[in-house]
Amino acid sequence: MLKIANYVRAKSLEEAYTLAQKRTNVILGGMLWLKMQNRSVQTAIDLCDLGLDKIEEQDDCFSIGAMVSLRALEMHPGLNALTQGAMAEAVKHIVGVQFRNLATLGGSLYGRFGFSDVLTLFQVLDAEVELYHHGIMKINDFAQLPRTTRDLLVRVIVPKRSMRVCYLSQRNTATDFPVVACAVSETDGKYLCAVGARPGAAVVFTDEQGLLCGGITQESAEAFGKEIANRASFGSNTRASAAYRKQVCAVLVRRCLMQIKEG
Amino acid sequence: MEIKVTLNGKKMVASVEPDTLLIDFVRHHGCLSVKRGCETANCGLCTVLMDGVPVLSCSVLAARANGHSIQTLEGLQEEANEFIGFIADQGAEQCGFCNPGYVMNTIALLRENPDPTDDEIKAYLAGNLCRCSGYEGQLRGIRNYLNWKKEAHNG
Repeated sequence: MLKIANYVRAKSLEEAYTLAQKRTNVILGGMLWLKMQNRSVQTAIDLCDLGLDKIEEQDDCFSIGAMVSLRALEMHPGLNALTQGAMAEAVKHIVGVQFRNLATLGGSLYGRFGFSDVLTLFQVLDAEVELYHHGIMKINDFAQLPRTTRDLLVRVIVPKRSMRVCYLSQRNTATDFPVVACAVSETDGKYLCAVGARPGAAVVFTDEQGLLCGGITQESAEAFGKEIANRASFGSNTRASAAYRKQVCAVLVRRCLMQIKEG
Repeated sequence: MEIKVTLNGKKMVASVEPDTLLIDFVRHHGCLSVKRGCETANCGLCTVLMDGVPVLSCSVLAARANGHSIQTLEGLQEEANEFIGFIADQGAEQCGFCNPGYVMNTIALLRENPDPTDDEIKAYLAGNLCRCSGYEGQLRGIRNYLNWKKEAHNG
């Protein structure tokens, strides 16, 4: 059971950051996973009054506030146009509409959860995150930060550029966590492939062997899928074995590539 | 701590603990249609509308509702009455425990998308679990309601 002694709506990022330095305090995102924990919180810090719930389209990027809901990502025309619908595909299987109206981008990313559909997709969008103290950094660098880092995720920056994106996941049942999640993007002939729910946090791969340098064909997609499945490390849990995940990964990567090819 | 909320159209000031959940707050104030189901944010039984948006009241602090409007089925009887008979005609309620959450989310769906396809209905209501019916009855009920509305409008 979650116990909270004090609740504070931060009036500034500085106030939130300062409060967050104390180990017994916690920043509230959507509060969905936090609520499942059996812990006592001294002060719950709510960012809901800081205007971080907006998606702003700028000339060269989308700036997405940390308190933007997953439902807002799912429904945003600009982000879905940029990603050819991959944004909606990555979040629409997460529990239900009511859940996604609460779950926030910041909460989903900051936890760097192994099961995260969101982290998997954003890693192939060449996105950057802005942390209040650490500043702006590539999302892949952010994913490597020690979990003990006590900072404040302010916003996520997704560059607007011509790219082709596909996101696919395999689930044992609708609305469950993914067994494997996979995102692939192509920008100017450069491919990025993220594999999540391994069940560890998503990791990113490039086409090191140049398997796709001749373009996407059934054969090259299959070869790339197998190569990614070999390079990624998988584990077993109640949802699937490592061996099963490896098999599914190869298929999802191939399917992502073929969808990118077919547009 | 003190919060100000509008509950089913009625402005109120109330004292809550920092960790009081919205489900406990609304039930304490007589809104017993809001059911406690899984408490793991999965079943949709505790759905309420917060500023018109469906959320899981088991996962929202009452303190976060400060300054917002909350609606439960008690405050939406008229809107629900229009289609709930179509659900009942299909025998889709059975034990009925999931029904208030189901109705609340259906109201949200039809406000957002007045003419949904079957796939859109299924997708929107995916977060509402029913352990009796298998969902087909609810889907038929909503479809019959939408067909009835179209016929009434056209004819």
